[in-house]
Amino acid sequence: MIAQLTRNERHNALIILGVVGLAGAALGLAGRNDLLGYHGLLIVLFSAMVALPVIRALDAPEPTLDREDEYYDDPIRVGVILTMIWAVFGMFVGVWVAALLAWPELTFTDQAWASFGRLRPAHTTGVIFGFGGNALIATSFHVLQRTSRARLAGQVTPWFVLIGYNLFCLLAVTGYFLGITQSKEYAEPEWYADLWLVIVWVTYFVLYLRTLARRKEPHIYVANWYFLAFIVVVAILHIVNGLAVPISWGSAKSYTIYSGVQDAMTQWWYGHNAVAFFLTAGFLGMLYYYLPKRAERPIFSYRLSIISFWGITFMYMWAGSHHLHYTALPHWVQTLGMTFSVMLLVPSWASAGNALLTLNGAWHKVRDDATLRFMMIAAVFYGITTFEGSFLAIRAVNSLSHYTDWTIGHVHAGALGWVAMITFGSIYTFVPSLWGRERMYSNTLVEVHFWCALIGTLIYVFAMWNSGIIQGLMWRTYNDSGTLTYSFLESLVAMHPYYIARTLGGLLFFIGAVVGTYNIYMTIRGTTAPRAAAGDVPVGRPLAPGE
Amino acid sequence: MGIDHETLVGFAKSWGLFYLIAMAIGVLIYTFWPRNRKRFDRAKNSILDKDDKPWR
Repeated sequence: MIAQLTRNERHNALIILGVVGLAGAALGLAGRNDLLGYHGLLIVLFSAMVALPVIRALDAPEPTLDREDEYYDDPIRVGVILTMIWAVFGMFVGVWVAALLAWPELTFTDQAWASFGRLRPAHTTGVIFGFGGNALIATSFHVLQRTSRARLAGQVTPWFVLIGYNLFCLLAVTGYFLGITQSKEYAEPEWYADLWLVIVWVTYFVLYLRTLARRKEPHIYVANWYFLAFIVVVAILHIVNGLAVPISWGSAKSYTIYSGVQDAMTQWWYGHNAVAFFLTAGFLGMLYYYLPKRAERPIFSYRLSIISFWGITFMYMWAGSHHLHYTALPHWVQTLGMTFSVMLLVPSWASAGNALLTLNGAWHKVRDDATLRFMMIAAVFYGITTFEGSFLAIRAVNSLSHYTDWTIGHVHAGALGWVAMITFGSIYTFVPSLWGRERMYSNTLVEVHFWCALIGTLIYVFAMWNSGIIQGLMWRTYNDSGTLTYSFLESLVAMHPYYIARTLGGLLFFIGAVVGTYNIYMTIRGTTAPRAAAGDVPVGRPLAPGE
Repeated sequence: MGIDHETLVGFAKSWGLFYLIAMAIGVLIYTFWPRNRKRFDRAKNSILDKDDKPWR
């Protein structure tokens, strides 16, 4: 990998790592009496660890082949491996927190790091930013180069984006265990991690634009529009919502510049658009490239994909206030969010329909190929979840669903059924060619993964739908004397069987991810599993003993 | 001059409406412009090419 870099580029990489390490040391010294000290040390160790392979290969021969003759796939390979590592970590913590809700004693007593409040953001960050983010970076590099017919515009920058982004994820997750948090949902990391992400993200954006500028295809394929929207909007969201003032340079703690209802509105403008542009736009980019590619059929309607792209970018921006129904937020702002959320159904279903119509005529492939089936199910869940989302955003429906497990069911229908399924489908599509293999190590294991994932998702989502609606109804049932019929504790007892079911569903999904990771690992090692269908092979003469 | 609630709502209900509709019309014109058809057809088919090398 390092051998692909020229000596100059290796030096540049070392300089960057040195600067980052020094910044970490400064942070650690300034914050030596604070939790910040640990993070300073972590940054120094991280830079040193990344620098090690660069230093060892510093005097290796320069690349001899013309690099412009090949796509730059090294960062993508590492990105795929990181994606799967984060998937296993994030989903494991997810199963743990699910189990904690069913059996609260499943923790280490007196260990603050193992409390639900710290494990839960470790789960969400692990899966959304660790798993999802690495998958987005890896696939965006892959799709960008293939659709532009051009190599990435830079040798060190792709590494900077990928590794820098993982440093951010690492700071985020270790911070939660230490007790460092901004207490903003999905934006928990503190000011220094936020600043670092801005640098990484702007580099990512510039790299993407520069590569597009080198493209040989006249038209920019629609998948790139989605990836670009994801990069641009996440930058805007992250910067605006993250504006905060640290209490000193030597402290991890900062305070947001917003207060009260403005803070809530900014947070949920961020929060919902994180769903829209992080968890939707980029993954639609995957859908529009890998699904046609795998089905070997062009997208059903290219025009429809353009209209749904602009529909999604215009309308999602306004939907965030539906998270704040019946709050101090002005009524008209709530209504605005609700209206745009309902309208969003149109471009969302246009994309889901476009994907399914692409498969029309290739259903035999869907039947035979679990990889394509992953993507088909993803499109179906995308349709279900966006319908549900529009529905839940209606104020009257929200009065029943808000603060209940229905919301968690909705999120996981999207996260497991749509985001994770399209990711696994995409990864299985390009992993073999990325490592120069004919196919995955084992197609049977892809099937196992598929069924674990699908059954796990269904159990999870149905459990949470039931639990959420029961919860919502119990909280609003009044008796003849006009007081609440059920105590909160009674609603909690009613949840118990569903929480056990949810843990089981999550566990199945996690097992699927572990199987997938093993399959990818074996594919990289270059072995292929023995074919299961041995019954078709003619049986030779049995060997006699001693022969 | 202070920007009060009424001004903002007034702006949102007039210009806010117009610019969103104008952008939507712009997108529809771009999408259905006859000359773009060939471009789009090429784009959606060219990703299916099997070659896996950058063009020089």
